[in-house]
Amino acid sequence: MTFQPVLLWTDILLFILLAAVGAMVLHVRGHEPLRAAWRKVGQRPTGMAAACVLSAFVLIGVLDSLHYRPLLPPVEGQENAAPSYSSEVLSVLDAALAGLRLNTEKTYSAPFARTLYQRETVELPQGGQARIHPPLRHGGVHLGEGDTATADVAQRGLVAVGKAALFMAALFVVLSVAVARGRRAGWVDAARAIVRGHTTLAWRSALIALGAIALMAAAAFELAPYYHVLGTDKVGQDVLYLSLKSVRTALVIGTLTTLVMLPFAVALGIAAGYLGGWVDDVIQYIYTVLNAIPGVLLIAAAVLMMQVVIDTHPQWFATAAERSDARLLALCFILGITSWTGLCRLLRAETLKLRELEYVQAARAFGASTPTILRRHVLPNVMHIVLIALVMDFSGLVLAEAVLSYVGIGVDPTTISFGTMINMARAELAREPMVWWSLMAAFAFMFVLVLAANLFADVVRDAFDPRRR
Amino acid sequence: MLNYLIRRVLYAIPILIGVNLLTFALFFVVNSPDDMARMQIGVKRATPEAIERWKADRGYDKPMFVNAAAEGLDRFTDTLFFDKSLRMFALDFGRADDGRDISREILDRMGPSLAIAVPTFVLSLFVSVTLALLLVFFRATALDFWGVVMCVAMMSISSLFYIIGGQWLVSKLWALVPISGYAGGLDAFRFLALPVLISVLAGMGSSARWYRTIFLEEISRDYVRTARAKGLSELAVLFRHVLRNALIPILTGVVVVIPLLFMGSLLVESFFAVPGLGSYTIDAINAQDFAVVRAMVFIGSVLYIVGLILTDLSYTLVDPRVRLE
Repeated sequence: MTFQPVLLWTDILLFILLAAVGAMVLHVRGHEPLRAAWRKVGQRPTGMAAACVLSAFVLIGVLDSLHYRPLLPPVEGQENAAPSYSSEVLSVLDAALAGLRLNTEKTYSAPFARTLYQRETVELPQGGQARIHPPLRHGGVHLGEGDTATADVAQRGLVAVGKAALFMAALFVVLSVAVARGRRAGWVDAARAIVRGHTTLAWRSALIALGAIALMAAAAFELAPYYHVLGTDKVGQDVLYLSLKSVRTALVIGTLTTLVMLPFAVALGIAAGYLGGWVDDVIQYIYTVLNAIPGVLLIAAAVLMMQVVIDTHPQWFATAAERSDARLLALCFILGITSWTGLCRLLRAETLKLRELEYVQAARAFGASTPTILRRHVLPNVMHIVLIALVMDFSGLVLAEAVLSYVGIGVDPTTISFGTMINMARAELAREPMVWWSLMAAFAFMFVLVLAANLFADVVRDAFDPRRR
Repeated sequence: MLNYLIRRVLYAIPILIGVNLLTFALFFVVNSPDDMARMQIGVKRATPEAIERWKADRGYDKPMFVNAAAEGLDRFTDTLFFDKSLRMFALDFGRADDGRDISREILDRMGPSLAIAVPTFVLSLFVSVTLALLLVFFRATALDFWGVVMCVAMMSISSLFYIIGGQWLVSKLWALVPISGYAGGLDAFRFLALPVLISVLAGMGSSARWYRTIFLEEISRDYVRTARAKGLSELAVLFRHVLRNALIPILTGVVVVIPLLFMGSLLVESFFAVPGLGSYTIDAINAQDFAVVRAMVFIGSVLYIVGLILTDLSYTLVDPRVRLE
């Protein structure tokens, strides 16, 4: 084997989450009311567009979650020794972006630049010294002495637009045929319906969103091998690579935080609401205490303590990736502890309502045991609250990660995330003229992700919250 | 009323004890003081003597709960738990790592924190409610639609961007106000204008949208239809009926944070170098000054509980139906 697969803890949880989503899709297919609710999500143009953008981010995140350790080339003279693997943990995304990852410069360079951002003193070949902007090692080296980058970029940009247009045209045809089969009409009719936005599901906005994504992707594929499209950071790493790598961290924080605390929130919330009495008192006491501590301070205190635990037990982690992954997971747990109380309270209130309803009373009269009632009658009827909480919390958590990492209580400094990118760029703020690209790249990626998540969450809430119908 | 208040205050005590036990567990049981000392001194330089000195400096060299070496009541008072945890109920937080008294420091820093937090609070409440009323007045029009889109876009922007962008634009490019710093007296205005403005802007999107939902929920009620049927103008309906009735759900979210204004804002204070409690907390986190973080956790919870009681009291002010028994 030329590689050794590595399963980090967050990978496992992410795959469990994906499997749960798959199971949910199967479950929804068999239940007409749920299908109707999801159809409502698909009918809203913003819902479809946001879902497309989110899927693109999820794809990046999943590719970045398939980790492995590459095989090291055998040492000279020991060809027959057992294969040894690199201590560096890579992901499929790293392999796909190997060009971006390895083509580092010396330090800052602006987007599409051919020289470094700062002047440096260099020895001239004919003797003597000069203060110049040294040329980059990788950015724009294919250009000749007299060529300008602008013409080259424009040319490659046009090619990218053409490729994206071709792809979208093909997609449009495929979609028209698919819609036509569903409507039992000609595909020209279907195509016209899509263009006018008259289809049941909002395919037009999905196509527009996919078109924008395809354009971005095509431009990146055309230009990134030749230029640093978003510039390079202090140690010369490509900012586009860093931004793409940050997506996984954001997704992990946004989803796993709610996921890891979900069992507690659901079990305690339902138990408090249904059982009442001292159980209710104890659970209410627990979440009031946790709620009473301001979130940031509880996170700060817990993260400080977690740092001490991780630093004093280096023997637990085989690689640096495992250590930063453990810290990421711990951060998810800590954020979860501060955020599950809200969901727990909502579930308790809903269960209080449900337990007085006829069908629950009837089940009790039939002699159904309490666990059965909770599982069969209460849990399915509070699941919409769980789903809404899951999507509503996502955007807030992604934003929180950036702030926490900035404050110094977020992810491990070696983990690439939007927060660490912004934190690294902090030193550049005072520079004159300002180094703006890594900040702007982090903010722009985060904005698109969070905006899509917010829009999607709104549509999901409208579709599933009975009070909003 | 008084009975109710007394009961609420008594109910706060077990919660504070819970907070206290939780922080004690977090800071002393999860990691022993030895671990913390090793971490702070640096693993390489952590000789047993250095660790002992570090612990003695901070008063961490006592037994956890029971001091077997002491006599009488000292058996229980000369311990970590009593010193570091129970003393907090008397607002005695001990000394920070730089040797200063934490309580003293907190009192000194409250002023600058409030100077930013109170104007921010009042202004953002006013701006958000006004904006929400405007959107509700023009509901189901293009203005409403684009207003909500703006709100969602604004709440999708990281608060760090507002601060960095605002500092760059207003202080650096336009050079209207100093980038950061703080001064007392009238001079404070120059330093406070930008942070307050940025905080209001950063919070506007989500709160305006939230208030709009509350107003819309209220506007579909029967009494609003009655008011319109009486021939009241839409403005009168909005201000005299909808706004007043919407105050109850608004208060639930708003009054609770009033006491927490004392704590200041972590981000804004650290970016603008305001010597308030927010930047104090950040500095403590960065320097891993556990005593200060512990003190802030405790004060934060006390203020939160005060906020809860205030929320209940405020209901009786805006809703005559509510009687606290």
